[in-house]
Amino acid sequence: MKKVYINSAVTISAQDTFESDRFLKSVKKLSGKTIVARYPNYKDYIATANLRRMAEGVKMGVTAASKALKDAKITQPDAIITGTGMGCIDDTEKFLNAIISNDEQFLTPTAFIQSTHNTVGAQIALGLQCKAYNNTYSHAALSFEWALMDAQLRLQQEEAENVLVGGYEELGKEIINYRRMMEDADGFGIQVPYSEGASFFVVSSEKTEHSVELIDMEAHSTLSTTSIQDSLKQFLAKNNVDISQIDVFVSGRNGDVFDSYYDLTAELFENITQLQYKHLSGEFYTASAFGLWTAYSMLSRQEIPEAMIFKGEIKFDNHIILIYNQFKGRDHSFILLKR
Amino acid sequence: MTELRQELKEKIIEQLNLEEFTVADIADDDALFGDGLGLDSIDALELIVMMDKDYGIQLTDPKEGKEIFKSIAVLADYITKHRSK
Repeated sequence: MKKVYINSAVTISAQDTFESDRFLKSVKKLSGKTIVARYPNYKDYIATANLRRMAEGVKMGVTAASKALKDAKITQPDAIITGTGMGCIDDTEKFLNAIISNDEQFLTPTAFIQSTHNTVGAQIALGLQCKAYNNTYSHAALSFEWALMDAQLRLQQEEAENVLVGGYEELGKEIINYRRMMEDADGFGIQVPYSEGASFFVVSSEKTEHSVELIDMEAHSTLSTTSIQDSLKQFLAKNNVDISQIDVFVSGRNGDVFDSYYDLTAELFENITQLQYKHLSGEFYTASAFGLWTAYSMLSRQEIPEAMIFKGEIKFDNHIILIYNQFKGRDHSFILLKR
Repeated sequence: MTELRQELKEKIIEQLNLEEFTVADIADDDALFGDGLGLDSIDALELIVMMDKDYGIQLTDPKEGKEIFKSIAVLADYITKHRSK
């Protein structure tokens, strides 16, 4: 079975992460209920004529994908796989509101066409004139993970050599406010702003100078607090990785009551540097793709940003990173990287 | 008629997200499709819905649309003659 390498990683997020080479050196403290991403100059990546119909999620996704391919020196991937929880929610809101305000008449095509979850994958393919395998996964907080797993399987089974895989989410304008209201109702909810972003990766079966190996990944829709430690131990054992070999543990803490899952897993990594990232990215269904970007960057650059430290200290010479994410006690994922 | 032409230019810019254009950039006789504003078939669908919704004009013959959407001047002229609202 072929190995899987991440050969490039690009993210557009609430931080200055897209074109900056300073890897989270000067971070913006996120506050408020929602926070938009720092948008790049899209015109450098997308023709103006195409930009006018694209909502923010499409623009972010196509731009991040374009740069990920360029960084990996790939012009035509063998597959384009995306993950998104809410899809193109901005255009979805537009045409649903139009249905209501126009009494179910006069529906215009643009918002409807652009509202589907696979719009980003389709627009990337159209831009590249790429007729290869193209798929989009939408499974709440495991959307990106299923996309990544599809890429992993394709590479391992030699059905592809270079796969473009990514996750994207846009805030939209309306539904996000109701979600935030529900979140803030009891005081036990998510303590970071809801946000948005797009993270894209080129994963390949061939190693390059900047490669980080994706040792393995695993996803579980449900896991109980009593089984989380054993599940993680089994995942590591399956990959012949001992807990003591892990240099850095990255978790998707967002301050809600379900951080108890991270507390339980952290017990296994008492003497290991523990990091968090959602105070930097905000929370959204594919925020774990931002987490993967941080882990890839840490290994390829051999740097740990101080802003990510949850417990422990900055270490050098890191080789294995474990990323664990969950959302509301569901949609658990483990991703193991090595350099 | 001048008012209607101005209104149509504003609507087209807003509804078709022509961010690069202002009303002053669009001459009354500029071609809407092709070399002029560069509109395409999806824009044509948007315009057909706009005609129905805002002016009560239902276009059923695609060939008819090709002629009506030639320019702002032609479009305004057609709306003036056929509008029901």
